[in-house]
Amino acid sequence: MIEDFLKMHGKCYYSTTANPCIGGTVLDIAREGTILEKEELTTNIYEMKLYAPKIARAAHAGQFMLLMVDEKGERVPMTMVDWDSTQGWIDIVYQEVGTTTIKLTGHGVGDRLFYVAGPLGKPSRVGKFGRVVVIGGGVGVPAVYPIARTLKLQGNYVVSIIGAKTSNALVYEEKMKEVSDELIVTTDDGSRGLKGFTSDALRGLLLNGQEFNAMWSVGPTLMMKACSDVAAGKIPNSFASLNSLMVCGVGMCGACRVTVKDKILLTCVDGPEFISYDVNWKELAIRLKSYMREETVSLEMLRGADKL
Amino acid sequence: MSKVGKRIQARTRPACERVKDFNEVELVINEEEAIREAARDIKYCVAPCMNRGCPVNVEIPTMLKLVSQGKIKEAYESLITRTPVPSITGRVCQQEVQCEGSCVLDRLGEPIAIGAIEKFVGDWALENGIEVAVSSQKKGKSVAVVGSGPAGIVVASELQRAGYDVTVFEAFHEPGGVLTYGIPEFRLPKRIVRREFEKLKNIGVKLELGAVIGTTYTVDELLKNFNAVFLGVGAGRPMFLNAPGENYANIYTANEFLTRVNLMKSYKFPEYDTPLHIGRKVAVIGAGNTAMDAARSALRLGAETYIIYRRGRAEMTGRAVEVHHAEEEGVKFMFYSSPSEFLAADGINVSGIKIMKMKPGEPDRTGRPRPVPTGEIVNFDVDMVITAIGFYPNPLIPGMTPGLKTDDHGRVVVDLEGRTSISGVYAGGDIVTGESTVIEAMGWGRRVAKTINRDLSRT
Ligand SMILES: Cc1cc2nc3c(=O)[nH]c(=O)nc-3n(C[C@H](O)[C@H](O)[C@H](O)COP(=O)(O)OP(=O)(O)OC[C@H]3O[C@@H](n4cnc5c(N)ncnc54)[C@H](O)[C@@H]3O)c2cc1C
Repeated sequence: MIEDFLKMHGKCYYSTTANPCIGGTVLDIAREGTILEKEELTTNIYEMKLYAPKIARAAHAGQFMLLMVDEKGERVPMTMVDWDSTQGWIDIVYQEVGTTTIKLTGHGVGDRLFYVAGPLGKPSRVGKFGRVVVIGGGVGVPAVYPIARTLKLQGNYVVSIIGAKTSNALVYEEKMKEVSDELIVTTDDGSRGLKGFTSDALRGLLLNGQEFNAMWSVGPTLMMKACSDVAAGKIPNSFASLNSLMVCGVGMCGACRVTVKDKILLTCVDGPEFISYDVNWKELAIRLKSYMREETVSLEMLRGADKL
Repeated sequence: MSKVGKRIQARTRPACERVKDFNEVELVINEEEAIREAARDIKYCVAPCMNRGCPVNVEIPTMLKLVSQGKIKEAYESLITRTPVPSITGRVCQQEVQCEGSCVLDRLGEPIAIGAIEKFVGDWALENGIEVAVSSQKKGKSVAVVGSGPAGIVVASELQRAGYDVTVFEAFHEPGGVLTYGIPEFRLPKRIVRREFEKLKNIGVKLELGAVIGTTYTVDELLKNFNAVFLGVGAGRPMFLNAPGENYANIYTANEFLTRVNLMKSYKFPEYDTPLHIGRKVAVIGAGNTAMDAARSALRLGAETYIIYRRGRAEMTGRAVEVHHAEEEGVKFMFYSSPSEFLAADGINVSGIKIMKMKPGEPDRTGRPRPVPTGEIVNFDVDMVITAIGFYPNPLIPGMTPGLKTDDHGRVVVDLEGRTSISGVYAGGDIVTGESTVIEAMGWGRRVAKTINRDLSRT
């Protein structure tokens, strides 16, 4: 499918709406946001390949993109899980939880999303640290995957801990294995790997005398906070990629503000990755609870519309 | 008064009716009214409106003369040599301190309703599909305009008309900058903004949405692909009070609240997906245009709304007519009040504000009395807060562009003609001046378009 696009438009394509042909990359903006592939990885968790050459060409591990499913949709941030700058695609992984993700699943290969923008946020501060531990929970596992992959490529010794509620909810285990020197799996119910949380596994490693120079964690707020607490005083560099609610994604609205070291920062442009020890986790948790009621209303309406 | 005639009053929808919807408050005058009002212009006037009042020197006397003769198309053509979007400037300019404020008739009686006439002419041209003239001579050079707010609109329009090949890059999914995401529908209908962009498209301007300059393309990459780059990225980063409790749930910045309402249309939730919490009792902190827009939007969403301002009534900034409309609609004002802390009874959702009562002190740098604390603190119960205390210049591009000089307020440093520290890169509007006005941003746009034309003609 991507090959078709390339063949159709040659090296430099000028669409009617925009013209840049930057760095010789094909920027077929008229097709941007088209779904190239869609796969249900496990119940309710989907992987989607999007045609987005202008984003893919500039993407770095730890950054995200924004999308709107349709004209009436929300602007939602999605971590870029994988990409190819020459072929011009981006992979995202999402869990079907609310109106936007349900609508997204309703779209199939060949459909075009209303809007995509990116890459956004600062790239992850990956580098040569030596021994590192990378932690992902739930759909945070695919999100942390590009970070682990980059760390591995940079020659670090990568120990990964990935977790989920239950074995059926675990995704990206194989991919994480490929980019890790050691991989530990945890599930809350013990149906796969160790029984417990990722933070328990981390505590175990540290108790066993293992040392790490840096840690990354991506997942639910509670998980990242727990890992950060375990690592405090033992791992000198600890980064967490925050999942604040966002609206604009480009630093203008302040919806995603967090207090980091007593300063108000914006997750979208100053993050999403922050030093975990500096984050005011309690406040982040409060702000994530802002729209519970409205979410229910929106879902009810969507379900009502389905029945028609 | 009688000698110079009576000023036309644009019809305003009654407050009790307009607070129920987001439709425009002030209706456009009709042709007959516009002609009559324009005819009030006195002969041999030295036109302080144009020379001193208007930052872009709109040829107001010419417009008035043509309108009074019923030559609306010609009046439009004269207007757009200075403001390409009269239907917008007619609606949002602070006429009472600019053109109308300096009108000679202001001293003899009542100033001419220049804003209302300008709005009529602009809308007339949109309705009658009047196209603007474009130079038939192509320059064979291209210009990248970053940001589609007022400054970007003017640069794009002027340079495309002069024969350049212009592409506008905008981060959002809708163009217009503050005109689209900030100023509400009831003050500036979005169909007007959209139609002005249609017109830009018709003269050949290309628009790329979802392009975040700095990350999607760097300024350096744009420079390699365009002959010149204009930065009109505005002052969109909200300031915070830095008061304890400011990050409880249901405390919004005005930009977030207005973006949800205007850009994401959450006033139509759940038809549109973006949710909005609507409080029963809302406090808006600040008293500028932004605060007024936020307060009046909250009111329309059914909330009892208060403006909380640390200075007095006379020190309020922004358009006088908006304050007047806000009061008519039932927004309540608390002056000499400064929030010192936000409270949340349940530890999550804001439930009240501790307000420090202030009093006027010695004049400050702006010449206004500096508000000083009295020591008296009162508690004020609310279930939603909107902070509208100002903006910083957008830091994204400066942060991603080595060599682009900014001052200690984060404003991009330019010479008098809009050249930045990087050759080939120009800037104007709020990113250069800090938070200002639509017409000032357009004035910059005009100036910089001229500079770019001059610089590119040399090479
Ligand atoms: C709520 C509100 C009400 C106002 N009311 C009035 C009024 O009544 N009258 C008046 O005269 N003035 C008013 N103002 C002020 C006025 O709107 C601004 O001074 C004016 O819009 C500035 O224009 P600008 O072109 O410099 O920037 P903006 O209008 O801010 O436009 C900047 C654009 O650049 C885009 N952008 C930013 N960064 C990037 C990037 N990296 N890549 C791509 N695009 C980017 C933004 O998305 C935005 O669209 C108001 C302001 C607000 C917030």
